Amino acid sequence: MSTPKQLPRWADLILLPLVGLAAALLLSCGVIALLGESPWQAMRLMVDGAFGSQESIGYSLFYATNFIFTGLAVAVAFHAGLFNIGGEGQAYIGGLGAGLVCLWLGHWPFWAVLPLAVMGAAGFGAAWAFLPGLLQAKRGSHIVITTIMFNFIASALMTYLLVNVLIKPGQQSPETREFGSNSWMPFAHEILARVGLDFTATPLNLAFVLALGAAGLVWVFIWHTRWGYALRVVGQSPEAAVYAGISPSRITIMAMLLSGALAGGLGLNELMGSQHRILIDFPGGAGFVGIAVALMGRNHPVGIVFSAILFGALYQGGSQLTFDMPRVNRDMVVVIQGLVILSCGALENMFRQPLTALLGRRRKSGEGRS
Amino acid sequence: MIISSRFSSWLIAVLVVTTALAAGAKDFSPAIVYDFGGKFDRSFNQSASEGAARFTTETGTAVREFEITNAAQREQAMQQMARRGATIIVAIGFTQASAVEKVAKQFPNVMFTIVDAVVDLPNVQSVNFREQESSFLCGMAAALASKTGKVGFIGGMDIPLIRKFALGYVEGAKFVNPSAEVFQNMTGSTPAAWGDPTKGAELAKSQFGRGADVVFHAAGATGIGVMQAAKDSGRLSIGCDSNQDYLHPGSVLTSAVKRVDVATYKAFLDAKNGTWKPGQIVLGLAEQGVDYSYDEFNRAVLTPEMKQKIDAAKADIISGKLKVSEYKVQ
Repeated sequence: MSTPKQLPRWADLILLPLVGLAAALLLSCGVIALLGESPWQAMRLMVDGAFGSQESIGYSLFYATNFIFTGLAVAVAFHAGLFNIGGEGQAYIGGLGAGLVCLWLGHWPFWAVLPLAVMGAAGFGAAWAFLPGLLQAKRGSHIVITTIMFNFIASALMTYLLVNVLIKPGQQSPETREFGSNSWMPFAHEILARVGLDFTATPLNLAFVLALGAAGLVWVFIWHTRWGYALRVVGQSPEAAVYAGISPSRITIMAMLLSGALAGGLGLNELMGSQHRILIDFPGGAGFVGIAVALMGRNHPVGIVFSAILFGALYQGGSQLTFDMPRVNRDMVVVIQGLVILSCGALENMFRQPLTALLGRRRKSGEGRS
Repeated sequence: MIISSRFSSWLIAVLVVTTALAAGAKDFSPAIVYDFGGKFDRSFNQSASEGAARFTTETGTAVREFEITNAAQREQAMQQMARRGATIIVAIGFTQASAVEKVAKQFPNVMFTIVDAVVDLPNVQSVNFREQESSFLCGMAAALASKTGKVGFIGGMDIPLIRKFALGYVEGAKFVNPSAEVFQNMTGSTPAAWGDPTKGAELAKSQFGRGADVVFHAAGATGIGVMQAAKDSGRLSIGCDSNQDYLHPGSVLTSAVKRVDVATYKAFLDAKNGTWKPGQIVLGLAEQGVDYSYDEFNRAVLTPEMKQKIDAAKADIISGKLKVSEYKVQ
């Protein structure tokens, strides 16, 4: 046992994030105590608000659906060594794609609209990621910079379209008309009612299943296809990739297209699933949360699903907290979310070493006994 | 003995009355949902929160508040408030219209008041303002105070509501000086445009650079930067929504005041007194829902001659002699 520096896999995947989470919540408790509220009460409210009832579970999973899509988007690009910060813009434009399909074909039967809307969301999202990918591949323009810029271009474009072109005439709010009801994603409570289960009405919808499906596909793609292999090789060593006959620039563009397409899935959940119209700023920052979700989920689809659910729970529990504790406002909830990101992402190494030492010692002593 | 028994009967009477009042107060449960800007934006939402605070201090009834952070929360917050027995829910901002429409149908016994949008349902009151009228007066003030004949407008996002402000402002400026030049800039295309004082200051400076000497903002917290830049460059600014004259006395020409606080307060009070009515309410100069501000902070810059002209136009708008166009979508 001369390599105690490596953390066992189970500890790396499960224990370390949990320790980080615990530390973040402990810090949050401190801040809440400073505000003069009871931390215990606040934590109970948050957990109860996130998982305590059918309604809260529905909302938590609804938010989680957004984060699964954007988290997967970040992860796919990350495996190719690209840091795609443009999930927000790609989701925004992807939603436009899905929304246009629903606006035009809202009277078609759902089974016909769904594949087209999925293609619209994925296609528009991918198209928005194409140019940054191309610029990175051919010109070496750094993907972080270009994708951030594309976020702003996306919101400028969407504001223009919603205010001048797509707006429903005669109203103040820059929103389109409602989609034809055929194109609405079936809600979870509707689906469950069909099989005789009673579930409170929440925005949770079929898109959650699509998100899980997307996570499965990403897993197959990255670890069980040649393209996925090429993508990982480029991510780990572009030079080795060239030596192996893989073109890094082609893979870069492919990874970005895929990443954008996944981010576009957010539109399916938010627009087709819940709002039923295109409206301004519907991604609401989920594209950025996706980065934290991917980091915490170790860029693995299973990890991403779990960390997306955690963030969904933080969103939902946090909003319950502000609802019931007037002194804890929405900025405080952002602080709690920020602490989770900080301790699970940035401070990970702070916990890694002591944990490794601790587990290594225990293993050693266990061996000594046997 | 007699005194004490009388005293005790008094006491009982007082107790009965207070418990009855307390019960009444308990049954009446007001709630308010703010928009993205949040209740401390020093402008639109804050005005609403002041109205709510005034209601609380005057009646002793606490108002349940919620500031949204994403689109899905609007509906969720309103549903929750309604489910927990809210009597009236005030929704601030046009973005809440679709959520109000949905939730008001689910809870037909709850009263809803929405500000800046129209929702046509039997349990919804829609309060809108004729912002173009106060903007018109501010445009007049700007053109009257300008020495260069060039004035500026800085909006938050390019949305219909802000175009409404801009159109009234331009008309007012041209009414005074037909050859007046009006520069228009929007701060951005994301909701961050309502809270970016640095960018507001930059835009104001660029308009000053092109010769403008009065600038009007309709940009929420971004306007703080606009007004600061005007103060720093020795030019004039015009505030928005709340009366902002006090921010930089002597540099703020006037403010286009929009009494969201009165609308909020009145909705709560009417609901409490049982005089709340659904339907559309449009508040303009005539109803004192919008106005320009004149107080001890801007008396030095808004001269009596200017005020006289503005007041004359104001009277004409109220009497219907002077028509201000309203920005209409398509």
